[in-house]
Amino acid sequence: MARADGTAVPPGKLLDIGAAVRVASRFPNNGHVRTPYYLRGKRGRVVRYFGVFLDPTALAVGAERPEACHLYQVQFEYDEVWGPALSEPSGNTMIVADLFDQWLEEMT
Amino acid sequence: MNAVQDGVTARVMQEGRSALLMQAVTDLLIRKGLIDAGCLAAVRREIDTRQPMLGARLAARAWTDERFRELLLTDAKQAVFDELGIRISQGPEFVVVENTPDRHHVIVCTLCSCYPKAVLGLPPEWYKSFAYRSRMVIEPRAILRKFGTEIPVGTEIHVMDSTADMRYMVLPLRPRGTSHLTTDELAALVSRDDLIGVTVPRDL
Repeated sequence: MARADGTAVPPGKLLDIGAAVRVASRFPNNGHVRTPYYLRGKRGRVVRYFGVFLDPTALAVGAERPEACHLYQVQFEYDEVWGPALSEPSGNTMIVADLFDQWLEEMT
Repeated sequence: MNAVQDGVTARVMQEGRSALLMQAVTDLLIRKGLIDAGCLAAVRREIDTRQPMLGARLAARAWTDERFRELLLTDAKQAVFDELGIRISQGPEFVVVENTPDRHHVIVCTLCSCYPKAVLGLPPEWYKSFAYRSRMVIEPRAILRKFGTEIPVGTEIHVMDSTADMRYMVLPLRPRGTSHLTTDELAALVSRDDLIGVTVPRDL
């Protein structure tokens, strides 16, 4: 894990705080992927921007030039992730995860 | 069998295969000159100095000093340096999330066991367990109840899954009945589990 130096420019466009996003529904069968399975394909909202970091999947295999990525904090409503549950009162449980931009698709 | 082998055998019995594997890899790395035994020992000593009391001091200072609270919530690394003299210069970032009457936070790492070691030390065993990691995102209220923590139905629960470069600590709500306490006395009320968010400091 590492914050990228100031010169690294990620290819993706910067998402706004509040932007509606969907996590990519990709299932690579190897590699050090930091996007949990349970969030793939789920819709959330960008709540915080952390800056530019190096792609953990590339770092994990010692890549010489890992890609720089924007890192966001994304909030998901419980029901979007799991559906309604008896144990959680509806509408006020959130799951918040930190996700790299190559996993996020902006929804319009 | 020599004393070293005896020691290794005892260790395997006690901690199992993974401990042996770790020891073997460590020895190999040292023998190949890739890591330095003295350096490793220094890192171990350094880790031992990191204890939940550091996080508790951050919380207590934030409760008594509004400017520090703001710094802690916006630039936690700088706040750690100002209050504790610890510079978090490499490795993961440090982020503090604040509990309010409307919102309770709890920390988990579903992918592995990411934890703010710089200020809390090593994580408890249960934090690394598959049960905690998988269930905290599915039924947080039920899991919190197992820790004796009842969050009011009207309070939002935010389960913070530390999936990337951020390590999270919870700034708990200041307990009621503590307005007469000093910062040191307040810090003594804050437990490790309060800073993970599975418990809350008790009102006096």
